[in-house]
Amino acid sequence: MKPRSIAVRRMTERVYVAGFLVGIGIALLALIVLLASILITAWPRLSPAILFNYSNARDPATAGYAAAIVGTLWVVGLTLLFSLPLGIAAGVYLEEYAGKGRVSRILQAAVTNLAGVPSVVFGLLGLAVFVRFFGLGPIVLAGALTLTMLVFPYVVITTQEAIRAVPSSIRDAALALGSTKWQAIRRQILPAASPGLLTAAILAAARAMGETAPLLVIGALFLQTFIPYGPESPFIALPVLIYAYTILPVDQWGGVAAAGIVVLLGLLFSINAVAIIVRNRLQRQRW
Amino acid sequence: MRLLVKERKERETASETVEDLVVRPSVAVEVEYPAIESRDLSVAYGRKPAIREISLRIPRNQTTAIIGPSGCGKSTYLRAINRMNDTIPTARTTGQLFVDGEDVYGPDVDPVLLRRKVGLIFQKPNPFPKTVYKNIAFGVNIHFRTTPEEMDTIVESALRQANLWDEVKDRLQESALGLSGGQQQRLCIARALAIQPEALLMDEPCSALDPVATARIEDLMFELKKEMAIVIVTHNMQQAARVADYTAFMYLGRLVEFNRTRELFERPQADLTENYITGRFG
Amino acid sequence: MGRETARARKVLASLEPKWVWERGETLVRVVLFLAAAFAVLVTLAIFLALIFDAVAFFEVVNPIDFYTGTVWSPDIREVFGVLPLLAGTLIIAGGACLIGIPLGLSAAIYLREYAPARVREVVKPVLEVLAGIPTIVYGLFALLAVAPLLRVWFGASFFNGANAIIVIGILIIPLVSSLSEDALTAVPVDLRDGALALGATKLEATTRVLLPAALSGVGSSFILAFSRAVGETMIVLIVAGQNTDLTFNIFGQMTTLAGWAAKRTTGDVAVGETVYLALFAVGFTLFVVTLLLNLASDALRARFREAYE
Repeated sequence: MKPRSIAVRRMTERVYVAGFLVGIGIALLALIVLLASILITAWPRLSPAILFNYSNARDPATAGYAAAIVGTLWVVGLTLLFSLPLGIAAGVYLEEYAGKGRVSRILQAAVTNLAGVPSVVFGLLGLAVFVRFFGLGPIVLAGALTLTMLVFPYVVITTQEAIRAVPSSIRDAALALGSTKWQAIRRQILPAASPGLLTAAILAAARAMGETAPLLVIGALFLQTFIPYGPESPFIALPVLIYAYTILPVDQWGGVAAAGIVVLLGLLFSINAVAIIVRNRLQRQRW
Repeated sequence: MRLLVKERKERETASETVEDLVVRPSVAVEVEYPAIESRDLSVAYGRKPAIREISLRIPRNQTTAIIGPSGCGKSTYLRAINRMNDTIPTARTTGQLFVDGEDVYGPDVDPVLLRRKVGLIFQKPNPFPKTVYKNIAFGVNIHFRTTPEEMDTIVESALRQANLWDEVKDRLQESALGLSGGQQQRLCIARALAIQPEALLMDEPCSALDPVATARIEDLMFELKKEMAIVIVTHNMQQAARVADYTAFMYLGRLVEFNRTRELFERPQADLTENYITGRFG
Repeated sequence: MGRETARARKVLASLEPKWVWERGETLVRVVLFLAAAFAVLVTLAIFLALIFDAVAFFEVVNPIDFYTGTVWSPDIREVFGVLPLLAGTLIIAGGACLIGIPLGLSAAIYLREYAPARVREVVKPVLEVLAGIPTIVYGLFALLAVAPLLRVWFGASFFNGANAIIVIGILIIPLVSSLSEDALTAVPVDLRDGALALGATKLEATTRVLLPAALSGVGSSFILAFSRAVGETMIVLIVAGQNTDLTFNIFGQMTTLAGWAAKRTTGDVAVGETVYLALFAVGFTLFVVTLLLNLASDALRARFREAYE
């Protein structure tokens, strides 16, 4: 039996820690390179015109995202309109009313598993059910309904987490004062959970905004020379148009695609910023 | 050499701070060749001091108990001995601590080696979720290279030393989590013994166990101290009286008194000590 | 004595706090239940839509030919052997995990055990940002930065599988890192303390005690990452190419189940055509694979929770 050298053990540890840092280093590096490459490529194309031009496949200099931005706003708006009430309601049910029985467990499992379904499968579903079966065609409404199904599980899960985070003292106090369950939920628990619910809404909006595959599958357009006029309008969405530009030769169109990403990230950033501000305001209002 | 506490007639009532009451700790015995010696050892968590300037000599081959009310810093002192406080980011330690004559808070000391020499048994038994065999082999493997036969011998010897061999010899390859609480604690002791420590620290090792298991571990301590110094933190004075040769009494982070157990309990020098022992507080 | 205890029990039960139940409450409960039941409906809808058209497909094309055929040429030759797509999916997803899982786990270990507070404060938000970036952005990143590099370094064709492997690997790092870190944190502190008290270095304590103890939790996160990589569409669409031949050359073009399905829908597809049905057979396969992976991950996580909660 021989003792192991402490120097060797410590050296081994140092080597491993250096190795662990590689993981973090690569992640950091990737983020920097990602943002840098996109910004640099987008730079020549970044001008307000990009927001107002229509898309085309002929001249990069005149290509823009006007129709796509409006299309995204329409689709995401409708998606939030459908998914937030449904998702929050379902989250409240699962967290507050559901017992431990079989049905509740199945429901919870269904929600969890839905969250793991690949987005392209939702697209196929939207194609089969909304576009074909219900005959809606590739319009804004179909896109919104498809995205609603995709986003719904996330809203439910974040709502459940938000409700769970409410301190039980609030719940106990309401109970002790003799309020009904729904009264307690409506007046105490939901307001207390509002920062978390806001997070749920933001998450839903961000996901809906960034999802490309489902809209691609249900038939969002590539080129559109008019602004979408309503839920029944054919549409193009921002990420889909960005994808369309990536198919074209990179040398000429890369800048346009990258500029679109800047617009998309800008939109995402703004929503998150608004959310943080509103959330801080909400949290300050409370005790 | 006797260092006396302030005269009894000068002492006031409980509104005084411990600083007033304890000018110097009453250390009534001189320990030559201590196994562990601390000199002005202080530990603070952030700004809050936990133990202050503790100077204490722990004798070899004896059991020393540290008693005191909750929060007096006994566990902190114990953990300072094998530098377990290092794992707490906000802990700051000053002063010196000598194990076998070497200041373990000195610049070139690796706590890993210290912890091989000074083992620590926790309040709640914490066996690894591995087999009984692997629990013991873990510590050995870290510090030594052995052949399988050597390891078998070491495992058996450690389990025998911890009075656990007969109960587990047919279950070596089963999960340690299947053992009873008392068995798990003896397994943790065996785990520490396997790497041949010079001292064993025990932080309220029996507080989570039933009386029978407690008795078995107390019996074990009588055996073990033949080969190492044992320091046991306990809030149970009867236990201290049963197992310890020497006892130290701590209060609010300071050492108040240190003496042979019998002397401390029958003829306490400091009033604080007497009040604690007679149950007036704590 | 029996009657008295029964009465006492009733009195005690009536003293327990209970919610007051007004008339409207039942309605509320029903409404909320319906919202939750919506989820089940959707899952059924997916299954039905996919199964319906997949079954219709399998009436035209033998499932055995579908799942064992090595030629996928739905438009030109009307041959539907899905193995090339399956192989592409497994190669790209597997390769991505070979990159993303070790890096993600390393990040988790480092953040948990070694990172000073200031490093944590920088790295955790970076990982969260990375996790929130839409995959189309990663796709463009692959196009602009990764594909040219691979072409220069390895002489690869511009569109190739390795592009997707690398970028999807980076995509899953935050997922693996955060889930693994949660698993490591869930292990009780006294296990770690016990290992350290025996004289183990942090590395030894982590690799020989913590990680084995957290294994099912960490494993569950690996499976989830693999499932994510399997379902990834846009990155594959943008940089992996169109090649539907069976190939193992990651420096050449290849595509996956999700990639082909998405791409094909952007072309002309007439309803009822076999190609249209093939889309759903592929979609169904993809759905089943990810569902099985997710269920496995859930099972592992349940076992982990049992041990530590």
